[in-house]
Amino acid sequence: MNIALFLQMAAEACPDRMALTYSGKHYTYSELYHAAERAAALFISADVGSVALLDVSSPAIPIALMGAAMAGKPYVPLNYRLSQAQLDPLLERITPTFLIHGASLSQPDQKSGRAQLSTDFLDHVMEVERPEIEWAEDASSVAVQLFTSGTTGTPKAAILRHEHLVSYILGSVEFMGAMEDESTLVTVPPYHIAGISAVISNIYACRRIVQLPDFAAEAWLSLCETEQVTSAFVVPTMMSRIIEHLIETGKDVAHLALTAIAYGGGKMPVPVIQQSLLRFPNVDFTNAYGLTETSSTITLLTPDDHRAALATDEAEVIARLGSVGKPLPSVEIAIKDDEGLICSAGDAGEIYVRGPQVSGEYEGRSVLDADGWFPTRDAGYLDSEGYLFLSGRADDVIVRGGENISPGEIEDLLHELASISDVAVVSMPSVEWGETVAAAVVLAPGKTLSEAELKDHIRSHLRSSRVPEAIQFCTELPYTETGKLLRREVKTWFSGDAVE
Amino acid sequence: MKPGTRLKSAVCDAEVMIIKIGDSEDLTCGGVALATDPASAEGNPDHMHGCLIGKRYVNAEETVEVLCVKSGDGSLHYAGEELMTKDTKKLPSSD
Repeated sequence: MNIALFLQMAAEACPDRMALTYSGKHYTYSELYHAAERAAALFISADVGSVALLDVSSPAIPIALMGAAMAGKPYVPLNYRLSQAQLDPLLERITPTFLIHGASLSQPDQKSGRAQLSTDFLDHVMEVERPEIEWAEDASSVAVQLFTSGTTGTPKAAILRHEHLVSYILGSVEFMGAMEDESTLVTVPPYHIAGISAVISNIYACRRIVQLPDFAAEAWLSLCETEQVTSAFVVPTMMSRIIEHLIETGKDVAHLALTAIAYGGGKMPVPVIQQSLLRFPNVDFTNAYGLTETSSTITLLTPDDHRAALATDEAEVIARLGSVGKPLPSVEIAIKDDEGLICSAGDAGEIYVRGPQVSGEYEGRSVLDADGWFPTRDAGYLDSEGYLFLSGRADDVIVRGGENISPGEIEDLLHELASISDVAVVSMPSVEWGETVAAAVVLAPGKTLSEAELKDHIRSHLRSSRVPEAIQFCTELPYTETGKLLRREVKTWFSGDAVE
Repeated sequence: MKPGTRLKSAVCDAEVMIIKIGDSEDLTCGGVALATDPASAEGNPDHMHGCLIGKRYVNAEETVEVLCVKSGDGSLHYAGEELMTKDTKKLPSSD
């Protein structure tokens, strides 16, 4: 059991079908498969413990991932936005490694292993003789090691074994499920779990991958047009920028071949998805929720769920536009309270997940409980029909005088105000309550809103404990590149003097 | 035989990967036992309905499940029972 089997099957079933497009150049499944074999031979001969990749998207990504799998070496994509000082300790943890890196990036200080430019690597694997290689076939060996974004401290190395990724793909993707003319636009960075699952899923579906290394709304739309792209995955910030771009330029998208957009990786503001549904009336929208430790997607809000929410006046169905949907058939979800007891529908607690795709493991240390449940550290609740709603990280919950307050609930309410373009609600120290509510607000261009108006809006919908005791207006909020709000940073804006 | 094992047909090009296997290991293609490196053999004409790459095959109780990773002319049997393709729920693409 090896994820490279999926590429082998695609090359067997449709060798001449286009597998990948990058910068106008195309690669077939057969070409990709043979390149991965050559990469595997290269990694085996280099006598290293892992294959690391430090670069933006390019054909080197799927080839290194699949080549590393054949060679039985963990594939470790690294975040190219990290500073040298942040990268060095990570490289130290995976040495000796075969490092494939971009030209614009400073050559890391490597004590052992090998380093090669992505372009040189690509030239090599497209050209040399076809090697004889013996595949690594241990299902329990490590396929991917991903350093988490470290928004809460030192990056943890999440481990995904072949069995987890194979289970995920077999449980969610139909082999050769795509038609020959289907293609998907991949813009998530290669060091993100969604960037990895995009490669594996679309190879198994035999759907052509179109790579866009640097996201910009205009480039995304123009690539959709020139490459006749039929589907795409975006993080919420990308979707907002696409919508903003369409509003600013008045561009029409009716002529695009696009039929499906999936989104995930962060919380999608309801007004943005509402706008998206209106702007792309012929597109099927799917919301996917997943984590690195769960081999990507674990729940889906389907296109039908989206349409149902638009077509009804039933409050519970409309509210589902803000939900991440229902678990995949092979995945179980449970919401547990502080005592580990299962919460009833509507009650928030910590989200636990179980299934064959769930690894829940960091560098050899499993955090699964005795029954195989993985504590996600995400807070949320299920509605009466089992739709999952996220209310933020469990660590982000504001505990005000013993009362648990979810930032998401207040943020959702503030997003309803047209004068607010973005908002983050965080805890701040309070002498009286231990913690209390603070809000950082970005106003929409040309709009005004007073602190009193903001507080009145919350007071008229929620309990008074939810009204922020401190409000800061700012020009933008800090996000990671994949659209994850850096709450830790926002918190520091309010860490000065505790509220008396 | 454990999950993940790849087996080849003795009678055709077919290859399968085991996803789940019951107590018995009586797994055949074209009437002849599947193996990691089988010697070529003549198939049973009653067991030649073919198997298709990418399809998952199960018995009625779903105690055995294999993924066909290479198509062939032989059909798959487990403990004397012909395996059927498993209907999987089609999900929207999320990656």
